[in-house]
Amino acid sequence: MCLAIPGKVLKIDGQVAAVDFGGARREVKLDLLKNVHEDDYVLVHAGYAIQVLDETKAKEILSSWEEVARGVAGA
Amino acid sequence: MASLVLEKFRNREIAARVLREIRELDPRRKVKFMHVCGSHEVTITKFGLRSLLPDWLEVISGPGCPVCVTSTAEIDEAIELAKRGYLITTFGDMFRVPGTGTSLAGARTDGADVRIVYSVADAVKTARRNPGREVVHAAVGFETTAPTTAAEVLRGPPENFSLLVCHRLIPPAMEFLLASGEVALDGFICPGHVSTIIGSKPYEPLSERYGVPQVIAGFEPIDVLLGIWMLLKQLREGRREVEIGYTRSVRPEGNVVAQEKMAQVFKIVDKKWRGFPTVPKSALELRQEFEGHDVREKFDFQAKGIEDFAKGCRCGEVLRGLIHPSECPLFNKACTPEHPVGPCAVTTEGACNIAMKHPTAIS
Repeated sequence: MCLAIPGKVLKIDGQVAAVDFGGARREVKLDLLKNVHEDDYVLVHAGYAIQVLDETKAKEILSSWEEVARGVAGA
Repeated sequence: MASLVLEKFRNREIAARVLREIRELDPRRKVKFMHVCGSHEVTITKFGLRSLLPDWLEVISGPGCPVCVTSTAEIDEAIELAKRGYLITTFGDMFRVPGTGTSLAGARTDGADVRIVYSVADAVKTARRNPGREVVHAAVGFETTAPTTAAEVLRGPPENFSLLVCHRLIPPAMEFLLASGEVALDGFICPGHVSTIIGSKPYEPLSERYGVPQVIAGFEPIDVLLGIWMLLKQLREGRREVEIGYTRSVRPEGNVVAQEKMAQVFKIVDKKWRGFPTVPKSALELRQEFEGHDVREKFDFQAKGIEDFAKGCRCGEVLRGLIHPSECPLFNKACTPEHPVGPCAVTTEGACNIAMKHPTAIS
């Protein structure tokens, strides 16, 4: 029920955006967000964008574990 | 967020490293964590995460399926409205959930007009396309879904559109479980998308009052493993607090716009959950100014539904984390996803449904 899917904002027209989900394009409502921009990745639940995803934070977490994983594999 | 970044949350090497770190945090006793989100149960079961975890660590499923905890009375209300000739819209998950005797699917077989929608916005569209009919949307879901209902109410739906509001709030149910003491928990894996809306603050009183560690986790396998690792670290270091593991989506303050819209449209009320008694301050109702769209006000409607479950069904204990679905005598016998007896077997986020679809994951 709380499933939410990330997609990329292609175009914004007022309170509605065209969002790309890995090739499938859908209209998404933006009523629940401030400061959304084209090219942002948003999390979409039941037709509404509920958050702008923060790629930097995702990379931060991954890179710390990637380094550890690489270190172990190389040892 | 390039999909490449997201794919890494399924990377085997990283998963193996996190699992090694999890094993190193062995506290030399049994540890039990609960998640409260159907999507977490899907990730854990689909990717076989339980089979990778050490023997001393158990992750159990709580009341995280909104359709499963919607009361029999509410399901009966929806069915009764359908039988009275209203056009009912709801999410697919709700369609086959049994009320007293039948379900919305059963009502449709008997001639009622019940339609499955992807979004409350589609329900409003249905009302605009059918101006001569009363369209009632059974609005189910936790804090992730409630803001979408609020947004449509604030957009000003047509007069022939009304809501059967069944929205519920997760932290009060978590508190209920802790206060009841029925199940001893060492930590909560908090739901990533509910928390995207509400942030981390609403969970803090639980850590303060009950000394329970909590970590908000995302839905990829590594998100869940990281959540478990962060909880174990808290136990090791003697910390009892709320941490965010799903940092790409959850901010401490949550989604403030969504919270404001929810507060504008809904008031918080006590409500019975299926498998639970009345849980204080655990559900939403429309505020008086929107009663023109509240089916219960509009049609002076009374709920019935007395029994939570059919005879023999142990969904209540599954929802409160007391038993694994396979411990129910009806599991995969009298009760299957095709012929469900209890709500947890119906929906794709019900613990019994998930367990039956992934039989190898049952230990």
